[in-house]
Amino acid sequence: MRPAWSVIFFTVSSGAGLGLLAILALLRLLAARVVPDGTALPMLALGLLLTTAGLCSSTFHLANPKNAWRSASRFKTSWLSREAVFAGALYPVALLYGWTLWSGTGGALQAICGVLLAALAVVVMYSTGMIYACLKTIPRWNHGLVPVGYVALGLYSGTLAALPVIAAKSGGPVPVALALALLAAALAVKGAYFVIFGAPKAVHTMADALPLGKKEIRLLDTGHTHRTFLTDEFFFRLARRQARFLRFAVLVLAFVLPLALLTVGVSGPPALAFVALSAFTGLLAERWLFFAEAEHTVRLYHGQRAVG
Amino acid sequence: MRLGLAIDLDTCVGCHACAVACKEWNGESLMAGPLPDYDAYGKEATGTWLNRIRHYECGTYPENKTVNVPMSCMHCEDAACVTVCPTGASYKRPDGIVLVDADKCMGCSYCAWACPYGARELDQDEGTMRKCTLCVDRIYDERLPEADRQPACVLACPTHARAFGDYDDPDSDVSRAAKGRSLPPMLEKLGYKPVNQYLAPRQAPEIKMQPPRPKKSLADYIRDWAGAGKGS
Repeated sequence: MRPAWSVIFFTVSSGAGLGLLAILALLRLLAARVVPDGTALPMLALGLLLTTAGLCSSTFHLANPKNAWRSASRFKTSWLSREAVFAGALYPVALLYGWTLWSGTGGALQAICGVLLAALAVVVMYSTGMIYACLKTIPRWNHGLVPVGYVALGLYSGTLAALPVIAAKSGGPVPVALALALLAAALAVKGAYFVIFGAPKAVHTMADALPLGKKEIRLLDTGHTHRTFLTDEFFFRLARRQARFLRFAVLVLAFVLPLALLTVGVSGPPALAFVALSAFTGLLAERWLFFAEAEHTVRLYHGQRAVG
Repeated sequence: MRLGLAIDLDTCVGCHACAVACKEWNGESLMAGPLPDYDAYGKEATGTWLNRIRHYECGTYPENKTVNVPMSCMHCEDAACVTVCPTGASYKRPDGIVLVDADKCMGCSYCAWACPYGARELDQDEGTMRKCTLCVDRIYDERLPEADRQPACVLACPTHARAFGDYDDPDSDVSRAAKGRSLPPMLEKLGYKPVNQYLAPRQAPEIKMQPPRPKKSLADYIRDWAGAGKGS
């Protein structure tokens, strides 16, 4: 699949923003001393900023954005619709939560809003993953680890985004252990995905696509002289060396470097911001690969023997 | 009702007349405006097409055969393109036709990702998704003579390789054409139940070659000529 930067930036930025909102709400509920009132508001603002930047970026993917408002109208069947509805529901909850923080209204209202905010943030990330995972036409996306990966990477990158804010505002200890635990979880999910889809598979073959009997089938001509919408959208080719290099870059930038810096105990907002930026860059590469390596069944009609 | 096409892969000669007729009819479509081309007279002409014909070789020599496969929307019974559409622009009519309402489409291309057959293409001028309409603006038009109330591709086919009709009606053109000759659905494992059916190409009878003549030396030829050879 053609890697579209608007969608890549959208899922990475919104993922981090939503992860940050979920982690903020959970920390306030379970370990409020880590996130005092003065720290919570800037964290909420950063979370909403990242989420909104991502959602705005996603509209650049639309060829006819004036109808984007209609995207919430098929909640019953479409994961894209569900994502839009849940993201829309998150904003009033986040603003109400912000009001409770700003006005110092603690207690039950803040707790309820917090639980709701964390749940919605996770559900939006899960819906984003399911947009891809529900497509049976693209075997590399049609896997249960895909939505789990979106949630795990969102929570992980959101926590890294929170660390410099906590360090700058509260001056107290930053939840490094939490970040490392989420790093381990995200690495496990993504690692498992890379292992499962390490070598090309043959989920669908040319014989499935053209069931003309037991005979050998060979493409003679695709019937068009130049590129088409189909070749633009579905025929992105990635050299094996490039894929290997990018997987290595994902591993180093998103996981190894943050792990090393956090374990040697870097502190201070600039150093922690560098850790977060490194992870973001790694995740942009990860999302780019997610598209570039995915193969659609329409390739079978253009002569590819198998997709998977 | 399950309106659809039956496409005979035995008689299709791969002339692209169906695709051209489609382009012509939908070029002035009542449904969604013109069907655009991009850089039509330039070096890399391309455009939005609702029907594409691909050419394959099936089997190995001497039992090989060229098979031309025209592909357009299959109007699946369980159409994933409709399920995934977030705006409700993609819908399936009670007569089985899958359509895009251009007034609702936001051009996200998600339906094209969900379609296994590459039957949907984006109209890059309007930013909305286009697909085969089974010429819904022809087949119900009572101002046309009854014989012309068929999709443009079916009318254009010079070898009558294409038929149009209702698969739920056992007497329809498509049901009769497909009886006993239809191939298994393409990418059946996905479970989308495509309505269009393809009829199997028949195996041409093998043409027997003359056995190669035995090798003879010049001396053999002379002996044969003189009437002294073994073979004469």
